[in-house]
Amino acid sequence: MTQTKGTLFVKYVVLAIATALLFAPFLFQDVRALEVAARICVFIVLVASYDLLIGYTGIVSFAHTMFFGIGAYGTAIALKQLGNGWDAVLVGTLAGMALSLVLAVAIGLLSLRVKAIFFAMITLAAASVALVLASQLNQITGGEDGITYRVPSLFSPATKLMVDEAGKVVRLFDVKLNGKLAAYYFVFGTSLALFVAMLRMVGSPLGTVLKAIRENEARAEAIGYRVVAYRTFVFCISALIASLAGSIYAIWLKYTGPDTALSFAIMIDILLMVVIGGMGTMWGSVIGAVLMVLAQYYLRDLMQFAADATVNLPVLPQLLNPDRWLFWLGIIFILLVYFFPRGIAGTIMQKGIVK
Amino acid sequence: MKAITDILGRYGGVNLLPVAVAVLAFLVIGAPSSWVTLTVAGLAMGMMIFLMASGLSLIFGLMDVMNFGHSAFVSFGAFVAASTLAALSGWLGADNIALNILALVLAMAAAIVAGLAGGWFFEAVIIKPVYKDHLRQILITMGALIVAEQIILAVWGGTPTAVPRPAFLEGAWIIGDVSIEIYRIFAFALGLSVYIALGMVLGYTRVGLLIRAGVENREMVESLGFRIDRLFIAVFMLGSGLAALGGAMWAGYQTLISPSLGAEMMIVVFIVVIVGGLGSIHGTLLAAILVGLLNNYVGYLEPKMALVSNMILMMVILLWRPNGLNPAIK
Repeated sequence: MTQTKGTLFVKYVVLAIATALLFAPFLFQDVRALEVAARICVFIVLVASYDLLIGYTGIVSFAHTMFFGIGAYGTAIALKQLGNGWDAVLVGTLAGMALSLVLAVAIGLLSLRVKAIFFAMITLAAASVALVLASQLNQITGGEDGITYRVPSLFSPATKLMVDEAGKVVRLFDVKLNGKLAAYYFVFGTSLALFVAMLRMVGSPLGTVLKAIRENEARAEAIGYRVVAYRTFVFCISALIASLAGSIYAIWLKYTGPDTALSFAIMIDILLMVVIGGMGTMWGSVIGAVLMVLAQYYLRDLMQFAADATVNLPVLPQLLNPDRWLFWLGIIFILLVYFFPRGIAGTIMQKGIVK
Repeated sequence: MKAITDILGRYGGVNLLPVAVAVLAFLVIGAPSSWVTLTVAGLAMGMMIFLMASGLSLIFGLMDVMNFGHSAFVSFGAFVAASTLAALSGWLGADNIALNILALVLAMAAAIVAGLAGGWFFEAVIIKPVYKDHLRQILITMGALIVAEQIILAVWGGTPTAVPRPAFLEGAWIIGDVSIEIYRIFAFALGLSVYIALGMVLGYTRVGLLIRAGVENREMVESLGFRIDRLFIAVFMLGSGLAALGGAMWAGYQTLISPSLGAEMMIVVFIVVIVGGLGSIHGTLLAAILVGLLNNYVGYLEPKMALVSNMILMMVILLWRPNGLNPAIK
């Protein structure tokens, strides 16, 4: 495959993003920015795992938040019930992954044979049932309020990673080396590892088969690949990774509830990120996740400013209200699907073909 | 085993399912008066879901287009009807039954018109460019659903809206120790008449013949020289109008509606369409009644299981009949 100039450009951008995330605690020294950076890390993994389905294999699933939520709730419940040790993290994460795997196999074998649209509808129904269950089984899941819990003491802000002679936390470039920093690098490291693993996977022969299934299912079957088996396999892999991402996010947040882990809004976020970034390119999911998370945190401020500026006009302030930011994203989303179905990364990567 | 299947088939086959569910529920519930109330509620709910789902089923059957934004019409219908009724509250409160009925008819007409207009816009602007591309259809209609929900939030606000009911639909008939809400009877009657009207149009008119033929084999109908794309716009608008009517009825049933109404109903509507079999009005009705009854029985016996029961129903039916109970295309 020939590398285009666009591809190189996209890779440089992703590299720049990775560098920025690596040094995020030192570059952006406030609590909110670190929150944004951690969310970006987790969502890159989540979106990339969704891209394995929608972009590489052409499966539209709406149950991705369900797996994310199972991972998050698994870790959260274990940490709540078993105390804040590493064994609890391990048990919860593994339990979440096991449940995700079972559900993914069940849904996959039951419904991946049918048309794409059926599959989308069935996963949507399954996800909504999971959401209802999470909010109704309030002895276990805490219902609408969710669960707050303590994480392993290494990650608590009071932990001192390095102390000087006076017993105070050592500062490196004015940043306290405390548990918060350790937690951030835990999130960053695991996310990076998962992302690289997925990158490796799509570059392997398996990735090529998946693309073949997306392009022409009948032909892939005719060459001798068992399409249903491959689809079910990738659905399971993606569910497992989503579940892991959920566990990581649960450890970072120290809180798990329907709004942070299971709600349909997260599914819409993932969908927007994948399409905006570019389906079928792992790099696209990085760009999409970064843009969307930044928009979520900072676009509202901008919109508030715009709404204040247009306060005398009719209707416009209503639509520019910060709560209506999804309205504009929805419109951008529709326009992107029409005019740039490859998303930002996909469109740039086509430019400047090097012969 | 085969003999039993044959006998069941002679008496209606899958059509007996709702009856079987009702009989089973009667045995489990035990109290006849609550059973009657629940059955009536289930039938009414089923008919309202049927209104919402029938259009979606036809749209998919005819053109292989799946509209994930269908529930936007349900919400629009509900809110337009609520606003119309609120604006005409003077007529609703009047002691004159003619004025009452007029206000109700106007509200339903407003909802249907909103649905028709919305349907035309959806089909012409949003869906037309992505025919035959399922992935982008799902994405685009999902995007349209997001935008539609945000518009509803911007116009009607996030707080629940109260829906006034006309006076003559308030209250309940009491027969012995059974009380039956009048609104439920009304919803059932309306749904049934829409079903009969749809059946007449599909079964006995030329347009209906074309639609049925199109569902069965679109290319063949096109090659005979009929403009099936025009027919499709009409079917799409009709389906959206029906969804809006269903939403309006649902608003009156709930009496308090919030913008998440569409998203809540969407799941049920999808389940009904899948269970019933795509493209079939009869299958949709069957599935809608089944879901309505099951929801009410389970909601009475084990309140937390209501939505899960729909899901289980779908799984069981799909394992038994992968194409749904009564698919139009065999």
